[in-house]
Amino acid sequence: MTTVPEKPAGESPLALLFYLITGTVLGILFIKGEVVSWFRIQEMFRLQSIHMYGTIGSAVMVGGASVWLIKRFKMRSLTGEPIVIEPKEHTPGFKRYWMGGATFGLGWALLGACPGPIFTLAGGGAPVYFVAIASAVAGAYSYALWGSRLPH
Amino acid sequence: MESWIALLKQPWPWYVTGPLIGLVVPILFIAANKRFGLSSNLTHICAVIAPRRPNFLTRERSAIAYWNLTIVLGLILGGFIAVSFLSHPEQVVGISERTRADLGALGITDFMGLVPREIFSFESLATGRGLIMVLGGGFLVGFGARYAGGCTSGHGITGLSDIQVPSLVAVLGFFAGGFISTFLILPLVL
Repeated sequence: MTTVPEKPAGESPLALLFYLITGTVLGILFIKGEVVSWFRIQEMFRLQSIHMYGTIGSAVMVGGASVWLIKRFKMRSLTGEPIVIEPKEHTPGFKRYWMGGATFGLGWALLGACPGPIFTLAGGGAPVYFVAIASAVAGAYSYALWGSRLPH
Repeated sequence: MESWIALLKQPWPWYVTGPLIGLVVPILFIAANKRFGLSSNLTHICAVIAPRRPNFLTRERSAIAYWNLTIVLGLILGGFIAVSFLSHPEQVVGISERTRADLGALGITDFMGLVPREIFSFESLATGRGLIMVLGGGFLVGFGARYAGGCTSGHGITGLSDIQVPSLVAVLGFFAGGFISTFLILPLVL
């Protein structure tokens, strides 16, 4: 999150094009790497192939090395600001993380897709995933409404 | 040229796609000081649909992140491009024989395409199985991701890349829930 208050729709057209291309490339990678496949997610949870573990593991290795370099050299973004990697908040017993995480996992194994891939599948020939998106948005809405009553 | 296109149309190995997905983390930080994470978009979509609602929707964020919603548009477009122009029609995902046997034993018969069409189709929404997996699964993914403050991208990739303990706990939670669904719930639903 930037420290500069963002105006709604305050991104320049060039910036929006950059995000659109980033998302498009990511969507292509999701399909070509089969990480959007319900079959692959089942294979992962049944511990029957390295495919998903290799995908996520190598992504984390590249991401981790980059984050280390960014911190080591106190790099600035192209916008000129120092890069801020906001840590996730530590909560007592990390309750929201394991309880929310397990809730997410229950759904992940049923749906076979997480919040990025559901959009890619919806665009990639499985339009019933638009219904799953609506349901996921309803889930996020319910959390926004009632989530504060849950242990965090 | 022909052989290049043939190569592109094959599934790409994980050691190619995984590192490229990981590159999105530094690309977003360096280009725009943004943290890669996709599930917050679900909250942003709520805020776009119901802008006059009380500000609880954007409690976690100062403003609707149009940058992140633009990535979502790209995800949809990328899915369309990859399936329409960069894939063979009717491709079978090369899952292991054991997975195929396990899923076959649960009653999955159609292994064509990225997802089993017998479950993930509009017709199947008329069945209990389809409702539980599409609507139930979708709801749990949306609710759980926001409860946990992130999903596979925000916690699993960006959080783990920065070795953050909350993200590690969340990822362990993802797998705990996934194992329960896979081994206890799916056999009842399918």
